[in-house]
Amino acid sequence: MASISTIARGVVAVVATVALAAACSSGTSSDGGASAAPGQLTGRGPITLAQGKDTSGNVQNQINAWNKLHPKETVRLVELPESADQQRQQMVQNAQTKSDAYTVLNLDVVWTAEFAANRWVSPLPKDQFDLAKFLPSAVQTGVYRDNLYAAPWKTDAGLLYYRKDLLQNAGISAPPKTWAELQTDCGKIKGADCYAGQFDKYEGLTVNFSEAVDSAGGTVVDDQGKPNVNTPQAKQGLDFLVQGFKTGLIPKEAITYQEEDARRAFEKGKLVFLRQWPYQWALSNKAPKVKGKFDVAPLPGLNGPGAPTLGGHNLAISSFAKNKATALDFIKYLTSVDTERLNLVASSEAPTLASLYDEPALQKKFPYLPTLKASLLNAKPRPKAVRYNDVTTAIEESAYAALTGKMTTDQALAGLQSKLGQLIQP
Amino acid sequence: MSTTIAGPPAARGRRRGDVRGSGRLAGMLLSPTVIVLALVVGYPVIAAFRESLYQRGEGLDANGFVVQGDKFVGLRNYTDIFTGPNSGAFWNAFGNTTFFTVVTVVLETVLGVTMALVMHRAFRGRGFVRASILVPWAIPTVVSGLLWRWVFQADGIANAMIGRQVLWTTEGFHAKVAVIIADTWKTAPFVGLLVLAGLQVIPREVHEAARVDGAGAWQGFWRITLPMVKPVLLVAVLFRLLDVLRMFDLPVVLVGLHKDSVETLTMIAYNEATNLRYGPAAAYATILFLYVAAVAYAFVKLLGADIIGDMRQKRTPRPAPPKKKRLTVPAEVAA
Repeated sequence: MASISTIARGVVAVVATVALAAACSSGTSSDGGASAAPGQLTGRGPITLAQGKDTSGNVQNQINAWNKLHPKETVRLVELPESADQQRQQMVQNAQTKSDAYTVLNLDVVWTAEFAANRWVSPLPKDQFDLAKFLPSAVQTGVYRDNLYAAPWKTDAGLLYYRKDLLQNAGISAPPKTWAELQTDCGKIKGADCYAGQFDKYEGLTVNFSEAVDSAGGTVVDDQGKPNVNTPQAKQGLDFLVQGFKTGLIPKEAITYQEEDARRAFEKGKLVFLRQWPYQWALSNKAPKVKGKFDVAPLPGLNGPGAPTLGGHNLAISSFAKNKATALDFIKYLTSVDTERLNLVASSEAPTLASLYDEPALQKKFPYLPTLKASLLNAKPRPKAVRYNDVTTAIEESAYAALTGKMTTDQALAGLQSKLGQLIQP
Repeated sequence: MSTTIAGPPAARGRRRGDVRGSGRLAGMLLSPTVIVLALVVGYPVIAAFRESLYQRGEGLDANGFVVQGDKFVGLRNYTDIFTGPNSGAFWNAFGNTTFFTVVTVVLETVLGVTMALVMHRAFRGRGFVRASILVPWAIPTVVSGLLWRWVFQADGIANAMIGRQVLWTTEGFHAKVAVIIADTWKTAPFVGLLVLAGLQVIPREVHEAARVDGAGAWQGFWRITLPMVKPVLLVAVLFRLLDVLRMFDLPVVLVGLHKDSVETLTMIAYNEATNLRYGPAAAYATILFLYVAAVAYAFVKLLGADIIGDMRQKRTPRPAPPKKKRLTVPAEVAA
């Protein structure tokens, strides 16, 4: 008997975590929380900003500047774990217990739909933001069913990093605009693998898959919010990656690449072309082997420039928070021209205000800004789905199966189309 | 030793006359423990089971808002797991969990016992060897997961050593191998440590006597060491079984969350919970709980008989039977 109870005690740890979650969730079964009608952002006083680790330290600087001007409406930074999944989890738990601990939420662009549909965030008054000044694609990531739920704060889009020294040696004057050109260019360059992106089975694969599909003129989920991925264009896009692996255009090991693996390979001089986020610019310029030898261009596509997938972070107000008027002011402050400019300089995170990309002083410091702006204007969002996590898992499954040869592209896309149909409600 | 022998008869004498009073007293004395156990063990188990009978609303209304409210679905979360559209994932995870459990526990037991035997011997630098063998166990699982991820990456040490390019973290049997290697590396020292503790309480005389009686090294290990260390070894193996059946962090960090080749039951439960499907998540966890309990129970019944009893027996040996061969002492312990 004694031994059985020992076992029971040991085993309970398994269930305890889930039970804890259960205890939290049972609280949400009552009515839905704050109303959807805008204009109810009232109350002034101290608030918090919940976001992932402040790696550059600049968010705290900007909060300090705000606190100096608003001693009665101070902001406190709540740092969440570094991993995006864990940030989301904590914000969801905060919402499910209807806690007022987090006021302003720093949401990844793909979470907007889920947070809005669950009424975890309050709608923002569109008329109080000069949305025309922001990059339209970035604004769209904060919108759910025509209401603005999150103000665009930081944006991101994939770029084509290329070794200009290798291209020059091979007598190529300009970076490729199409996949065919990319392939021809690589034919002229020896001693390095041609192209890579992020193809491990994680969110990065969803990004790279969507980019391939969009760059071939297809869509994963169309403008009306309907999955439409079983098309010839999408097939051509996916085929570019599948054939790339088959022919060796993409090295075999790229199937294990996440951002940092890809960056390492590029910095070791193993790659001519790499699809990567802008953050690599500063880092690779410190890498001895490729320093000063690379540049960026918009991603290539099937018949012309490709369409990168949008990343980035937006600011929303938790439905269960107090002092929402202060929160709104604080969001306006963080998304103002001066603050975004300072943030770009301090952290090199891409701003959402279009005008900043054209400022000569900034262009001098960040030579890739014009390329990035062109990419951002052409960028496509990932599917807007309330069950985004399930959607991205389905995309990863299908894309991975195609890339590893477990399924043909036709099978993968047909399967994905039917799965997305179940997951996304019009 | 004499006091423990003297204890029981006295207690036995009192028990008849004072059943009521002592029973109530025992109940009162135990009640804080019982209440605490009920709170921290009983309540979560029951709450998780209750949760597993519900499903959260997932539908959207005309304005695109989630229709709130949990609804009671009876055992549907369970039937869905076994026969629903995702039952394949469940059976895959069930198979993975079982496979990892069998393979890693066997490897860890063999390696752990070997390590313990090495650590038990008297030689120069023994303290250093002991400490270094325990290092993997002291490293947090997530960190060792990251370490091994580094070892197993495409241009990592593992590939450099075998001279071939195996993409360990991709889907396939090699991913299982990677997890097994990392897990064995990490937890064999745990088995080793416990077995070492068991070895140290074996009286030296027993070994010496065996040697006098003509037992060789192998016979000594098989007939003396192993039976005498068995109670401790069984506890170690049981702990490993319980632990590896709920393996989560190592495959997640080393290989990745949605890789079918290494997906375990806890990973599915976690995935459901992150996607706000607490009902199915609780159902998965409950099934895992029952599975773990069944495995542990079967283990104890088949192999261990009475783990705690064995230990007790060893600590308070009955007055030695006067005329028995020395070699039967371990046999008695094993019985």
